[in-house]
Amino acid sequence: MAITTEETPAAHGAGPTGAPPAPAISLEGVGKTYRSGPGTVTAVHRIDLEIQQGEFFSLLGPSGCGKTTTMRMIAGFEEPTSGTIRLAGKDVTGVPPNRRDVNMVFQSYALFPHMTVADNVAFGLKRKKVPSAEIKKRVAEMLDLVELTDRARYKPSQLSGGQQQRVALARALVNRPSALLLDEPLGALDLKLRQAMQLELKRIQREVGITFVYVTHDQSEALTMSDRIAVMNKGVVEQLGTPAEIYETPATRFVAGFIGTSNILTGTVDTVSDGWARIGYGHGQHVLAKGDGTAPNEEIVLTVRPEKIRLSAEEPDANLSRIRGTVREVVYLGSTTHYTVRTVDDTDIVVFQQNSSDASNLAERGDTAWLSWRPEHSYVLPG
Amino acid sequence: MTRLREKAAPYLLALPAWIWLGIFFVVPIIGLLWMSLMTGNIITGFQQTFNVAIYPEVISAYWEQILRSLGYGVSATLLCIAVGYPVAYWIAFHGGAHKTTYLLLVLLPFFVTQVLRTISWKFLLADDGVVLGPLKAVGLLPEDARVLSTTLAVVVGLAYNFLPFMILPIYAVLEQVDHRVVEAAYDLYASRFHAFVHVVLPLSLPGVFAGVLLVFVPSSADYVNASVLGGTNNTMIGNIIQSQYLVNNAYPTAAAITFVLMTILLVGIFSYAKALGTERVMEVQAG
Repeated sequence: MAITTEETPAAHGAGPTGAPPAPAISLEGVGKTYRSGPGTVTAVHRIDLEIQQGEFFSLLGPSGCGKTTTMRMIAGFEEPTSGTIRLAGKDVTGVPPNRRDVNMVFQSYALFPHMTVADNVAFGLKRKKVPSAEIKKRVAEMLDLVELTDRARYKPSQLSGGQQQRVALARALVNRPSALLLDEPLGALDLKLRQAMQLELKRIQREVGITFVYVTHDQSEALTMSDRIAVMNKGVVEQLGTPAEIYETPATRFVAGFIGTSNILTGTVDTVSDGWARIGYGHGQHVLAKGDGTAPNEEIVLTVRPEKIRLSAEEPDANLSRIRGTVREVVYLGSTTHYTVRTVDDTDIVVFQQNSSDASNLAERGDTAWLSWRPEHSYVLPG
Repeated sequence: MTRLREKAAPYLLALPAWIWLGIFFVVPIIGLLWMSLMTGNIITGFQQTFNVAIYPEVISAYWEQILRSLGYGVSATLLCIAVGYPVAYWIAFHGGAHKTTYLLLVLLPFFVTQVLRTISWKFLLADDGVVLGPLKAVGLLPEDARVLSTTLAVVVGLAYNFLPFMILPIYAVLEQVDHRVVEAAYDLYASRFHAFVHVVLPLSLPGVFAGVLLVFVPSSADYVNASVLGGTNNTMIGNIIQSQYLVNNAYPTAAAITFVLMTILLVGIFSYAKALGTERVMEVQAG
């Protein structure tokens, strides 16, 4: 079945002039500082974000990075100490949560324990004084969408964790909000169920076409579902981009380390030619990286993903980044093998090698091996 | 051997309580019933005659006081809810780091015995006492205004004396209410009022239920408030029982009234539990 939103994106904020629709959510210089004892703690430093209509947007970061505070400010549970929050172009700073057209899916679900599943889902519509015939119809549609029609008369305590999760989702979505805020909604589920729910959430989001803002500390979850991700750390957005951009071209050392596995290399630039910086390690070993703005003798930090590196016994081509080392660890994982190789300057580099038919058993512990990768796969990180 | 011990352990641990209940509750109750069916007087002694007629006799003689006691009990209970719920709510949701202090303040007056506290009210509310005296002096109240010896004095006294028994169970339940559930209600377009009516209040009903039992039963059976704060028109059934026992030494009559009161209260409690639906209340708690 298809659920359609009542309002088309253009109905939000876009004038008759045919201007592009206002973003579903926009934050301008939004910050939050708490008083804590004699001093203050800044949870969020002046963030600027624009989340588009129909986008699946994730706020990703470790606990305490400010992602939940940011979401709670969008929902209206916290007031920003600076900046402006707009929903569909309308300034809602200072508007209480019950008068904001966004709904939240809480981490602990926060279902009403004394109400049936159907009453939980109908709660928001009843408050909005929707006619009861329409409430009935929309609740039924929504329970159908989350596949809980046969549980309508159950109490939340009689449901499994995954089912409660879907009730929480239905309870928010049934209101057809302009955006849905999800606070680590899958955190309490076990791995298998979590993976199934990730796909389920993505399917539901596609069907209803509502903007989703998803808060998570789980990078694989964010990569799987999001159209765009804002990686947050210590109250600032470190990088904003599509999953591929964030994974392939991490902007900061934090992002490189937080998303997936990254090898961090440091070295001194020998030469810069044609925009490529070269770090030499002697004996034909060197690393090349896109070096705009780097100068010889400069100390730089660069990153390369483990799956971009090739392990070989013979010397690789000289126009690749290539470095030699001793294999210190070999971990066989079925479809891939993970090698840890220590280089001449005592850096451990992790290499993921696909176990295709012609590439198994490339090296054993104690072997000396060459590592090589294409220059465009390493990125110079700031600082 | 050890398995047997393990199985017996809970029963053994419960044994002191059972013995206690047996000696100090079951035996006296049976004794009371036995006594109520006797005839005679304190001088010539009491003989067991299975005088069942005593029950209709005491009911027809004292129905007025019985009804008044139940009325006072209900009024005091309602007053306790009206005063106690906001207090419990405020401590649970706005007490912050000082919740324990506020609870202690609620309980503090109850470290003094009930009789002394009630007599203090008599002193405070005396016709020319510290409250009424000045009000009369400045002409805010007529010269013959009084609080003592009125129904109001007794009901307010009862409510005052049993207030903590309403506040504590309501507080205990409100304290357990998940704040995120309340936030969810705000998020789903509920005003503060609707969030309270549709979420907080239903979730706190088990506490109100417990508080009603804890206040209604002892206040219906109370005699201290009526004798200290009330007048001759405010006699409660507790006062009758007390005077029949201790003044008239009419033990069978006193025992029979006691039984009638107990029966009424038990029937009342069960029908109340049934009407409100204990199962529903329990379910909320489980959720």
